[in-house]
Amino acid sequence: MAEKNDNGIEVEGLVRDFKGGVRAVDGIDLRVAPGEIYGFLGPNGAGKSTTSLILTTLLPPTAGSARVAGLDVVHHGPEVRRVIGASLQDSALDPFLTGSEHMRLQSSLHGLAKPQREARGRELLAQVGLTEAAERKVGGYSGGMKRRLDLALALVHRPRLLFLDEPTTGLDPQSRAALWDEVRRLSVDGVTVFLTTQYLEEADALANRVGIIDHGRIVAEGTPAELKAAIGRPSVEAVPHDPGERERLAAVLARFGESAAAASNGVAVRLPRGAGDLAEIVRAIDAESLQVADLRLHSPTLDDVFLAKTGRSLEGAAEDDDADEAAPEPLSA
Amino acid sequence: MSPSLITQVGALAQRSVLKTLRQPFQMFPIIFFPAILLIINASGLHAATLLPGFPTHSYVSFAIAVAFIQGAMFSLINTGTNLAEDIETGFFNRLALTPLRRVSLIAGLLVGVAALGAMQSAVYILLGVVVGAHLDAGLGGALVVIVLGSLTALAFSSFGCVAALRTGSSEAVQGLFPLFFVFIFLSSSNLPRSLLKTPWFHTVATWNPISYLIEGFRSLYIFGWDKTALLRGFGVAIGLLVLGLLAVQWAMRTRLQRT
Repeated sequence: MAEKNDNGIEVEGLVRDFKGGVRAVDGIDLRVAPGEIYGFLGPNGAGKSTTSLILTTLLPPTAGSARVAGLDVVHHGPEVRRVIGASLQDSALDPFLTGSEHMRLQSSLHGLAKPQREARGRELLAQVGLTEAAERKVGGYSGGMKRRLDLALALVHRPRLLFLDEPTTGLDPQSRAALWDEVRRLSVDGVTVFLTTQYLEEADALANRVGIIDHGRIVAEGTPAELKAAIGRPSVEAVPHDPGERERLAAVLARFGESAAAASNGVAVRLPRGAGDLAEIVRAIDAESLQVADLRLHSPTLDDVFLAKTGRSLEGAAEDDDADEAAPEPLSA
Repeated sequence: MSPSLITQVGALAQRSVLKTLRQPFQMFPIIFFPAILLIINASGLHAATLLPGFPTHSYVSFAIAVAFIQGAMFSLINTGTNLAEDIETGFFNRLALTPLRRVSLIAGLLVGVAALGAMQSAVYILLGVVVGAHLDAGLGGALVVIVLGSLTALAFSSFGCVAALRTGSSEAVQGLFPLFFVFIFLSSSNLPRSLLKTPWFHTVATWNPISYLIEGFRSLYIFGWDKTALLRGFGVAIGLLVLGLLAVQWAMRTRLQRT
């Protein structure tokens, strides 16, 4: 049974099959510590949303077990729902209701006492910057406003765990940054956040730890720094001002590390001692009287991690797997 | 029923009513389509009252019963469409993620439908007054018409919910409209069953439960208090509602698999 202060998630051997032999989740194991922001990263169709549906009790697993806040999601669904908040894919809002009406409805359904409903609604709408738009119908909200209202609704009952499924898809950079700030603030307040995303930048910026999922399996897990460190050192790339000097430039850079992939007109080497060699490289180029049009230091990214683990780029995989993302609905299970 | 259950059903019913009232394109056909058809039929088919055995001299009083059935048909489409849209947008999942009981999810929606059904029945009664229909059963009869109208809308809407839960598609629900609407034409909507002389049509109209709903409403307008017609009308409405709710329960099991 649940330990009262356990806000974590434990998943063992989780499997979910759909009709037609589709295995959306294929033996996932993961642990999320209380108060942690866990980034669940993967391309469309990788099994992220199906995992989220299972962990939020909306879909039973075919096999394996999952405990959320110490509660088994299969046997204690109603108890799990009381302690979690969720903002699932797309903004699930009614365009004909106002922001305030959404808050009142959600508060009522969560059993908040009548006097608390208005106050909690006002508090959360202010928190996500929607006070002025509170009495407007949601159909007229921008994408960012809808996402923020969606988040506010997920927080009505002060959940201990929050599931966010692609929370910033389609948002402009400003709205995305505002939502990230809010998620960080919630984490500081002790809320565990399970963040499903296909954006590398988002996982990198927000998550304490990241699990990378592909074809229903976790292919890598760790802090963003650990994952990036595990696949190698940064690389430096230089583009000669005169294309005829490319060979000379390559010879200079070769003193600092082994060759790496570069743009067609450039030269790149991986730096075994890290970015500390950059100043030395600049001096060496200058000493050879070479002029460069561009010089860049590339740190490994989570996309490099995905590439190393799956042989594909995450963004490329997202396009390849778009057709699969029609995450089979519960009905077809 | 615990207070929290009442609160939850009340909140969902309020939302259901608001959602419909705020969509003019849903309200327009509910009011105007039956009104226009009534006016056309009343002026075009008035001569039918001269047929031997026709029960009244006022075709408007005879035909207004159909408006209540048409209104209930629109309730079916609107309720199904709204629920399907909730499924499509994920709002249904949002509701499923609350401590809401399974039964409350649909009960809230249907209580809202019942309220709207009562409102639209009241509008049709007023419409009847405007176009000269005579409600023989008087004020008490008007109340019975409202109750039967609400019950009929509720029964039909439960089938709209089934379609929405099974397909999860608002377009699919709207595509069902002609299928349901044809039942009105295959009933005693335009003539009393006793005057339907084509054998196959008479048989179909006799087996068509819509005939008994129409005759239930019609009896209050034409005959006053006809116990048999009312019992049959309410029996069909309640029977359809029970069938619809059983089907909703079945469809809900496959749509909502939450643990």
